[in-house]
Amino acid sequence: MTEITKEIVAEHGLTEGEYEEVLRILGRTPNLTELGIFSVMWSEHCSYKSSKKWLKTLPTEAPWVICGPGENAGVIDIGDGQAAIFKMESHNHPSFIEPYQGAATGVGGIMRDVFTMGARPIANMNALRFGRPDHPKTGHLVSGVIAGIAGYGNCMGVPTVGGETNFHAAYDGNILVNAMTVGLAETKKIFYSAAAGVGNPVVYVGSKTGRDGIHGATMASAEFDDDSEEKRPTVQVGDPFTEKLLLEACLELMATDAIVAIQDMGAAGLTSSSFEMADKGGVGIELNLDHVPMREEGMTPYEIMLSESQERMLMVLKPGREEEARKIFEKWELDFAVIGKVTDTGRMVLTMNGEVAADLPVAPLADAAPEYDRPWTKTEPPAVIRAEDVAAPNDLGEVLLKLMGSSEIASRKWIWEQYDHMVMGDTIQRPGGDAAVVRVHGTKKALAITTDCTPRYCYADPETGGAQAVAEAWRNITATGGQPLAITDCMNFGNPQRPEIMGQFVGCINGMRRACTTLDFPVISGNVSLYNETNGTGIHPTPAIGGVGILADYAKMTTLAFKSEGDVVLLLGDLSGEMGQSLYLREIEGREEGAPPRVDLEKERKHGDYLREMINRGHVTAAHDMSDGGLGVALAEMAIAGNIGASIRLETAIPPHAALFAEDQACYVITVKPENVELVRGLALADDIPLHIIGTIGHTELKIEGCLTISVNDLRDVHAGWLPALMSRPGSE
Amino acid sequence: MKAAVIVFPASNCDRDLKVALAQAMGRDPDMVWHGDSELPETDLIAIPGGFSYGDYLRAGAMAANSPIMREVVKKAQAGTPVLAICNGFQIATETGMLPGALLRNAGQKFVCRDVDLLITARNERFVGGFEQGEVVRFPVAHHDGNYYADEETLHELEGEGQVAFKYASAEGELTDAANPNGSLNNIAGIYNKAGNVLGLMPHPERLISEELGGTDGKRFFDHLVNSIV
Repeated sequence: MTEITKEIVAEHGLTEGEYEEVLRILGRTPNLTELGIFSVMWSEHCSYKSSKKWLKTLPTEAPWVICGPGENAGVIDIGDGQAAIFKMESHNHPSFIEPYQGAATGVGGIMRDVFTMGARPIANMNALRFGRPDHPKTGHLVSGVIAGIAGYGNCMGVPTVGGETNFHAAYDGNILVNAMTVGLAETKKIFYSAAAGVGNPVVYVGSKTGRDGIHGATMASAEFDDDSEEKRPTVQVGDPFTEKLLLEACLELMATDAIVAIQDMGAAGLTSSSFEMADKGGVGIELNLDHVPMREEGMTPYEIMLSESQERMLMVLKPGREEEARKIFEKWELDFAVIGKVTDTGRMVLTMNGEVAADLPVAPLADAAPEYDRPWTKTEPPAVIRAEDVAAPNDLGEVLLKLMGSSEIASRKWIWEQYDHMVMGDTIQRPGGDAAVVRVHGTKKALAITTDCTPRYCYADPETGGAQAVAEAWRNITATGGQPLAITDCMNFGNPQRPEIMGQFVGCINGMRRACTTLDFPVISGNVSLYNETNGTGIHPTPAIGGVGILADYAKMTTLAFKSEGDVVLLLGDLSGEMGQSLYLREIEGREEGAPPRVDLEKERKHGDYLREMINRGHVTAAHDMSDGGLGVALAEMAIAGNIGASIRLETAIPPHAALFAEDQACYVITVKPENVELVRGLALADDIPLHIIGTIGHTELKIEGCLTISVNDLRDVHAGWLPALMSRPGSE
Repeated sequence: MKAAVIVFPASNCDRDLKVALAQAMGRDPDMVWHGDSELPETDLIAIPGGFSYGDYLRAGAMAANSPIMREVVKKAQAGTPVLAICNGFQIATETGMLPGALLRNAGQKFVCRDVDLLITARNERFVGGFEQGEVVRFPVAHHDGNYYADEETLHELEGEGQVAFKYASAEGELTDAANPNGSLNNIAGIYNKAGNVLGLMPHPERLISEELGGTDGKRFFDHLVNSIV
């Protein structure tokens, strides 16, 4: 038997203090299998040891929340006995090492989280961050990640309906791949993971277990260095065909009442799934590892327990229902094996070849997982940059063209054309708008789905950035006419043992909490990815927000496209002209400086609620939230989408470059039929809502009086051209 | 009228096709499992898009050897109309019901977008609802839709009026820019010699209402059902 040395403990990522806790709990030295189990269960990825204290402060409840954080995914009530189940999760480290498989298995994992709970996945989304466009690796990583997401989602037949993508040097050595799945279930058929019923069979279904992905969870909890690419063998390989079979087989079995509890085998595989099921149910589990379906010969208990082979599930069935379940899985040509039973011992006992391979107490191991109150320092908010602090450009038209063709704003069509975004036949707002909209099959309802975060704001001022990410998700749903309901979050940060990084985390959480509370937009699920660093340099703090809202009647949905000549263009909200952290400052002046735009949550709420009401009354012909690139870019995007121009006139004391390109929050551009203008203005006035007429739709160019005139075709060309040009460089395949 | 939709383990447009057929027929089609060796009595067989058995080998290659496909081929030979969309088209070429093959897209990437299609040959049953030379819009969504056939076969397809749809500009021009996958002669769909089997890469079942972005697919199915009834 392997002797447990200090080196072995350190290799397993446990600190000396944590190892002492292991010895205390067991009252003896662990064997290697047991040590491996402690290592993954107490990894940052599985235990949330640095983040838990702060995550607990987020609002997680609302009358429509059925299940908040803690299960495989969160659940909200969407009326008529139906529930939406969703979550976003990171697969950052694997995707940097092996972009195709890393991204593909990220998508596979998040879909499993959702269908484990009884939901059929109906939409996938993602939030991606790559390094600077001219970094030699960026093209290769983009192409691999996108193909991986597409390869998995397309085969599963679940539409990938959108997402967001940023490029910045902060991600040169550590890209972010966050995948989100939204599923649909009946509220009375939701499945949870708490094991119950002493003597009930514990069943393994899905793919066989191989040696792939061993220690993935510990890898995801460590910083990168120059040798990280040698970790390629720890990246799992995805098999979407098997996952499609697993999905259909699980849903077929879920239509019966044979399942007591079910949990997918994600990070830390069989270890994490069995411990979570036992811990949640307050029971013990005995597993006979000889019965685990194995892909390779001679696997040890250590390897079996730590394998992260994909497309596997663990279930507790009602007694006597094994044969019925077995038939379903055999029909779908999947492995099915009874590998153990529920016990009343409160212990996890693993046997193999007639010997006890591990014998661990469940509750102490799960509950005694370390929880740290890590020291943190507040990021000092930078100074506000006013319009006067930024020189006016010579040519505003050139500025707009440059921004439209910049890395943050350029069209993502090259990406989403690789995703099957229409399969299932319910996508009624395709990628490229504010939020994707997917019908709830066979009803008048639809779900609006978005992912948002502006990392440069979070880096400059974490609290404002955290609030802004939530507010932008809320706005994007609102702009389609949807009622925002809840979010999932994917918290991507650097090394939490550095106080300034921990301060970024705390700041973002504080901002998110304020926004979620004011906007009634609770967090129902999420994931934390720390140690996103390479050679000691952290990424920008990136709390990616996945928001879901509902449209009670999709016939009332709006899109951002300008519709018809003569419609009046209005600005809902006020301009301040503050330019800190704007893309204008970055792209035109080469300055990444200043305070991000202010987030006034009361205003957000008021303006958004007003807009939604106007959309529901049928008064609004187009709506678009203002974000990256400000008013100028918002107008250009609406013109491109509608293939029609507009004549705009701004009456403001703010200098034109600031009026057009400051990224003020709580603002939307909307269009209204001329005959409805007085009506919507009157209603706005009554509620003290700023609503300014700024122009009229028509002609083939975007004309902003005294500032610029550019044809819609020219805007489209620069907007469409950037990403294909980047991806056609040598080495991008 | 009765229709049967063949369902493989990783078919994924089976429900979409069911919805489109049900909308046109006023009743649900039969969904036939790939492991079955008999087809129900039917007036139309439809093979949907998806990944049949995962398509790790060659798209449609394994599905072509499934028990149910032997039955489908028999019925097709006896004259039952067969509509084979996307993966269905790939399977139909693998079984030999239709000539040629569908190779990896010229751009090497999966491509999902609306495309314009020129109606190139008359076939009363399948496209009688459209004018010859009319341009219609259906979406494509595939990785392997690059139609290939040897010169002789191409010549025959063109000469015998077996080319059903060609990728075209909105004005009906057969340009390279309009061709999403590198298909020879911009071919998007073909008939067999007898004219009772249509294979096409684009998905008419995806544009069957204004909310989805168009109704050319609805016109396609409405006519198909009328012509069979």
